[in-house]
Amino acid sequence: MHIFKNTNFDFLRWRWHAIILSWVVIIAGAFVLFTKGLPLGVEFAGGTSVIAQFETQPSIDTVRGAVAKNFGNDIIVQDYGDPQAHQFMIRVPHVGEESGTSLTNTSGQIQDALKAAGVGNFQIVGTEIVGPAVGQELRSRGLWATVLSLLGILGYLAFRFQFSFGVGAVVATIHDLLITLAFLAFFRYDMSLNVIAAVLTIAGFSTNDTIVIFDRIRENLRGMRRDSMNHVINVSINQTLGRTVITSGTALLTALALFFFGGDVLHGFAFTMIVGIVTGTYSSVFIAAAIISFWRGQAPTRAAAHAPATVAAAPVPQQPTRKQKPQRKARAS
Amino acid sequence: MSNLRWKLITVATVFVVFFAVGVYPLIAARFGITGPTWLTSRALKLGLDLKGGVHLVLRVQTDKALLTETESDLERLRQLLTDRSIQVTSIASTGPSSFKVEGIQAGQEGAFRDAAAELDSVFNRSPGANGTYTFAMKPNIDVQLRSEAVVQARQTIERRVNELGVTEPQIAQQGTNGDQILVQLPGVTDIAKAKEIMGSTGFLELKIVERMGSTREELLVNGQVAEGMEVVPGTSGAPGEPPAYYLLRKAAAVTGRDLRNARPSIDQNNRPAVSFTLNPEGGRKFGAVTSANIGRQLAIVLDGRVQSAPRIDGRITTDGQIFGSFTPEEVQNLSLILRTGALPADLTYLEERTIGPTLGQDSIRSGMIASGAGLLSIIIFMLIYYKLSGVNAVIALLFNLVILLGLMAYVGAVMTLPGIAGFVLTMGIGVDSNVLIFERIKEELEQQRGVRASINAGFARVFWTLFDTHIAALISVAFLFQFGTGPIRGFAVTLFFGLMSNLFTSIFVSKTFFEMELAARGQATSLSI
Repeated sequence: MHIFKNTNFDFLRWRWHAIILSWVVIIAGAFVLFTKGLPLGVEFAGGTSVIAQFETQPSIDTVRGAVAKNFGNDIIVQDYGDPQAHQFMIRVPHVGEESGTSLTNTSGQIQDALKAAGVGNFQIVGTEIVGPAVGQELRSRGLWATVLSLLGILGYLAFRFQFSFGVGAVVATIHDLLITLAFLAFFRYDMSLNVIAAVLTIAGFSTNDTIVIFDRIRENLRGMRRDSMNHVINVSINQTLGRTVITSGTALLTALALFFFGGDVLHGFAFTMIVGIVTGTYSSVFIAAAIISFWRGQAPTRAAAHAPATVAAAPVPQQPTRKQKPQRKARAS
Repeated sequence: MSNLRWKLITVATVFVVFFAVGVYPLIAARFGITGPTWLTSRALKLGLDLKGGVHLVLRVQTDKALLTETESDLERLRQLLTDRSIQVTSIASTGPSSFKVEGIQAGQEGAFRDAAAELDSVFNRSPGANGTYTFAMKPNIDVQLRSEAVVQARQTIERRVNELGVTEPQIAQQGTNGDQILVQLPGVTDIAKAKEIMGSTGFLELKIVERMGSTREELLVNGQVAEGMEVVPGTSGAPGEPPAYYLLRKAAAVTGRDLRNARPSIDQNNRPAVSFTLNPEGGRKFGAVTSANIGRQLAIVLDGRVQSAPRIDGRITTDGQIFGSFTPEEVQNLSLILRTGALPADLTYLEERTIGPTLGQDSIRSGMIASGAGLLSIIIFMLIYYKLSGVNAVIALLFNLVILLGLMAYVGAVMTLPGIAGFVLTMGIGVDSNVLIFERIKEELEQQRGVRASINAGFARVFWTLFDTHIAALISVAFLFQFGTGPIRGFAVTLFFGLMSNLFTSIFVSKTFFEMELAARGQATSLSI
């Protein structure tokens, strides 16, 4: 069985469309980020979050009203988990004074507020109280983990392939991170540790996808010495297309399973994975390969530079090789 | 042929070993089989988010620990100066690691410098105008004392948690300054008690009482606390103890460091009390102080509050009793805290998380359903798309999960919710590897190569692709582990093992199965892929 057989799509022809589309999404995401901000989970923003299980289901507004009486309107009340469980997640930005045992006070105050409002019997099944210092540290750690792993991958690919390949993979990964952030901002998912784990997974997934295509480009460069880089790239993407679609499809299946059956705790994680898998696949085809193409696209591959210029199957007009080659060398060094 | 046999033996052995370590204990636990304990004791443990329990992050106030050290050195200097009758107007700390001496008389500066030389190993001394000297702690000593304070705090908390009888607690230092302590207590539900026992500094001091008063001001001289003295509040509302404030001599007769043991007991009025025993050196000091102060009051100060101030009736050496207004439970907790030693500094809570057992069960259930659904859909797809070869892929996939479970159980890793996500991702990577190989085999077959040659070429060509993708993934995993906390670390650990086992299953196990099938069929002309 074959999904694709001997396809010959000209992917590089669409690179500008793809780049513009990506910029539109990223800029829209940045706009939402700057105007509305990214909702931060308790572990990043600090505050107190309590999961209360009620005997009988009160309306969400009753619960909100009861807590708002003492904590103001800057609170979040959400359904939590299985609807049959009558569970609510109640979050307030307050934390008890950070000394001794008083950190639990806020959680006690929330319970008092609920009891005073008479919303029915309930029990607290989970609490999470995070002081403001923790979020700061988590943010810087998350950032360091991302930056260093990107640098590590850049270094590894530069060593195993060529510098331009490393740059292509890293730019594609950064692209995926930005797109994912944009979607998190659009759909207002809380930035939590689980979401960070998903974002970092996506970084891995995206590079994985990119490396598979790069690997094929590297292999084809040996056999197609007379063709232009653009042609080699297109052929390589087409050859690996079946694999790309199947892998992304199955990964998407598992992420969808997590999204629909994984419960509330994994919801943000699964959503991030779904977005990341789609953008990761898209970026390895359109962004990573395009970078290599921009870098050294029209120039024939190494051996071809010494041979008479051949008309390659690339759609872009061929440039005289003499002009291009020294330029590439200058940039690459 | 014998080559293939050895490969099959290897595959079978690996499967049996990892199945025994990773899967058997889980099955045994599920169906109540009492298997060999050396196997079942290694069963994969559930993390806090799945099992329920308390997760706390505390910060050690290292400034306080430093201040205590500075104060004690400062008092030592004061004593030296008094002994050598060198007059100064004041000695006072100016920060956690510095203090200032003022008003040294002009003729005594040389003598002062001689005395102060005693502190030269710890403090940098710099002279100022009008007989003033500033003492600043040496930076290396500052750093060393801070890290010692955190280590001591961690050890104290470990001792206290062990005395509480929590099974499998996790206590570790973390944070960029290394001054945070992570405490995870699985299965604990009484958070208030756990926090009280861990967070109480538990610093016991026995000091001679100079005077008592009902307000703080009453005890001041010209609005100031007299040199070498301090004002300490009593426990509020204690019956039979009208004075609320005590003027105490700053130098303690003995402290909690001299304690050898502490246990609950009752005082002469049959109220709960804590009896303590001092070590020989503490007993000697205590004997000297008590015999010199017969008839005076001795304040029992716990964490900066006077619990009681009984009269000294005679020389006391190693045994004493702390009484006040305690409930039996407080006495239990207090003796535990005293027994396990004081914390070197106060702790503040940065983060606190409790997960009720029902919440954990919900998470397990949904995590399992999600993983099961994901696995099932992958298996169905692989069987439809790759037909008989898909069976190979499915076997490799399940093999991968067995190895992953076995590795995690073997190293004693903990299964967390992000860990389940790591499992799901491992399945994804496993599928990817198989798809890469199979698609390559298909390509080779289309070039009219033989089945055997195509399979060999497929595996050989894809090997370096897999190698590169896995190394790149391992690079990210390494940084995730290095910088991640708690759940992210769990994710990184799972993914690390997943990547390792996947390399083995997709390259070695899957290939061996292909070879086995080819060997069974003899001359193969077609491949179901």
